[in-house]
Amino acid sequence: MRAWPSMLMLGALLAGPVAAAEYAPLPGGTFTSVLPADGKAAPAKIAPFHMRTEPVTNAEFLAFVKAHPQWRRDQVAPVFADRRYLTHWAAPDALGDALPQQPVTRVSWFAAQAYCESEHARLPSWYEWEYAAAADATRSDARKDPAWRERVLQWYSRPSSQSLPTIGGAADVHGVRDLNGVVWEWVDDFNALLVGSDSRDQDGADKMKFCGAGAVSMQEKENYATLMRIAMLSALKAVDTTNNMGFRCAKPD
Amino acid sequence: MTRKLSLILAAAGLMALAACSEKPASGGASEVPFGSAAAAAVTPPESFGPPQGEPIHAVLTSPPHVPPPVNRNYPAKVIVELEVIEKEMPISEGVSYTYWTFGGTVPGSFIRVRQGDTVEFHLKNAPDSKMPHNIDLHGVTGPGGGAASSFTAPGHASQFTFKALNAGIYVYHCATAPVGMHIANGMYGLILVEPPEGLPKVDHEYYVMQGDFYTTGKYREKGHQPFDMDKAIDEHPTYVLFNGHEGALTGDNALTAKTNETVRLFVGNGGPNLISSFHVIGEIFDRVQPEGGTHPQSNVQTTLIPAGGAAIVEFHTDVPGSYVLVDHSIFRAFNKGALGILKVDGPENKLVYSGKEVDSVYLGDRAEPNLHAVTAAAKANAAGTLTKEDQIKAGQQLFTGTCSVCHQADGKGMTNVFPPLAKSDYLVKQDREHLISIPLHGLHGKITVNGVDYDSVMPPMSQLNDDEVANILTYVLNSWDNAGGQITKEEVAKVRAQPAPAAAPEH
Repeated sequence: MRAWPSMLMLGALLAGPVAAAEYAPLPGGTFTSVLPADGKAAPAKIAPFHMRTEPVTNAEFLAFVKAHPQWRRDQVAPVFADRRYLTHWAAPDALGDALPQQPVTRVSWFAAQAYCESEHARLPSWYEWEYAAAADATRSDARKDPAWRERVLQWYSRPSSQSLPTIGGAADVHGVRDLNGVVWEWVDDFNALLVGSDSRDQDGADKMKFCGAGAVSMQEKENYATLMRIAMLSALKAVDTTNNMGFRCAKPD
Repeated sequence: MTRKLSLILAAAGLMALAACSEKPASGGASEVPFGSAAAAAVTPPESFGPPQGEPIHAVLTSPPHVPPPVNRNYPAKVIVELEVIEKEMPISEGVSYTYWTFGGTVPGSFIRVRQGDTVEFHLKNAPDSKMPHNIDLHGVTGPGGGAASSFTAPGHASQFTFKALNAGIYVYHCATAPVGMHIANGMYGLILVEPPEGLPKVDHEYYVMQGDFYTTGKYREKGHQPFDMDKAIDEHPTYVLFNGHEGALTGDNALTAKTNETVRLFVGNGGPNLISSFHVIGEIFDRVQPEGGTHPQSNVQTTLIPAGGAAIVEFHTDVPGSYVLVDHSIFRAFNKGALGILKVDGPENKLVYSGKEVDSVYLGDRAEPNLHAVTAAAKANAAGTLTKEDQIKAGQQLFTGTCSVCHQADGKGMTNVFPPLAKSDYLVKQDREHLISIPLHGLHGKITVNGVDYDSVMPPMSQLNDDEVANILTYVLNSWDNAGGQITKEEVAKVRAQPAPAAAPEH
């Protein structure tokens, strides 16, 4: 906290956090990501950080737009959010049928960033998110366990015509909940996953899009589940909102 | 100016292609015993010039229907709008699955254009989709077959344009990672690029596409079944189906024709894994364009359809009856659902075929989606109101599908080959647990039934779940002068939990 006077000032300008969200400390370290740091095999290095224990909910985001009316759906600048932004709410400042404890969705990356700033936080990086989501109740990296993969894939098999579950799933070993099985989540560097990293092979950008090409990087079966998340994030622009895309925030240690 | 430029470009392309095709020739063509025709260089497809007339909106159809012939003598701009929809649908009686579809059906909407057409393709991804999707059309010349240009997030639409340079029948499919899962969930279909002169007129055109499906539960296990990645990677499908659902082409949904008509089937295979040995029981294909290519084959019994490939199959109907479409890797037909029916009506033609239609009798009830009593029994079981009569009814239908092929519909079996169940003194002597274990674990070795010796193998009917086994046994016990009785699902579950008996128990 001491290291962030400027953030504090910014936070004060934005009228401060809207609710006392809980953050859990994660130790970080080296982590074998599905996207190798050098495009081949190098593990990612993750500094210790804090992650919000739950995704941001409708109720929390409603409080945010009330405090920051420039993020109401009827006032937001079109360059920051598309026309679907928060359209599942009954009104710009009322939830209606959307449940307070459901994760907020139909939010753009810009809106998610702004919200996190209001909590003196930021969006997690992909590596931070992937590292956190690798945990289960007892292990920080449970990805080799078929049960972990099963849980991830089961959510993909559930049709999205059903309404979103509410938050409050079981806490993992870090005390973080609902990383898999509730919503997609924005990450800070979502648009760098496929196209931005020069260290990847030149054909990297196309790898996920073409028939069969993705198989090169899918040597481990459990990566399949994670790659779908990358494919989803890669399909989006920062103004886009979708029915299943929510977010949570992170802070440096 | 632009005209000139494009001419120059076309000429340059021609030279480039010619250069390419000469490479192997200089590298040692003499080793390859090609015929003289094969010695001709690959020529680039005709360009057909720019699109003419008003843009045309393509007619898309759901399987098994095919859009009407193009009937146009000039290349046009054709607009195709295809929506990706993720939805839950039945994959079999009482079994639901979350499909990802092009146009709301599996296979996706059939697209029909003319060679030389300029196709403006709009791919829309429904707002409530969970996944991003794209489309790779095998009829497109260009990187990724359009995939790179059509990667579309939920609630978005993409547009790209291609020229249909080559005539043929082509598969299209989603190519978003993981490609196999998108295809396994039903994201494939066919696009027909007609040659400029069109296809010869026929009486019926139908759209049939095979696909393999991977569910965590067993074949016909009731309830919602999620996708099983491990089975997909191991290439062990739970279902192999025509047009995405068991019963999509049987019973009321059977394809129809009259005698003395011509039928053209556009048969695709979406995969993701299996190759189809496509066959119609009781028909010989008069003409097949294997893999959709230009050179037809005549008088074909079974044609191979690769995963990600398609064929055009044509035949003339001579004799009325039910013709069964199968993947002749035949366990897929009878144990995984790869069955369809073409019903041909009309007067008998005794000169061509006289006698019983063995195929339709053999499959008969099995191919009809008439398992209503089974569903009723499953419901009654769940509600706790299941009666013995419900069980007998459901058991009878299941027996017809699973057991009657060997034990015969009248339970009399076949002397020395398949033991009778009717009035069986063997059944009377078995204790309940062993009785239950026969369908569960199979039976092999020597037994004597009603004074006749049998020494053969009955495989375990492991595709049947507990209540199905209970219903079949209850039906058998109460039929053909057998002693009566009732077997419950719970008893079956108990026996299933025990290890299989080591050897034939008859003493």
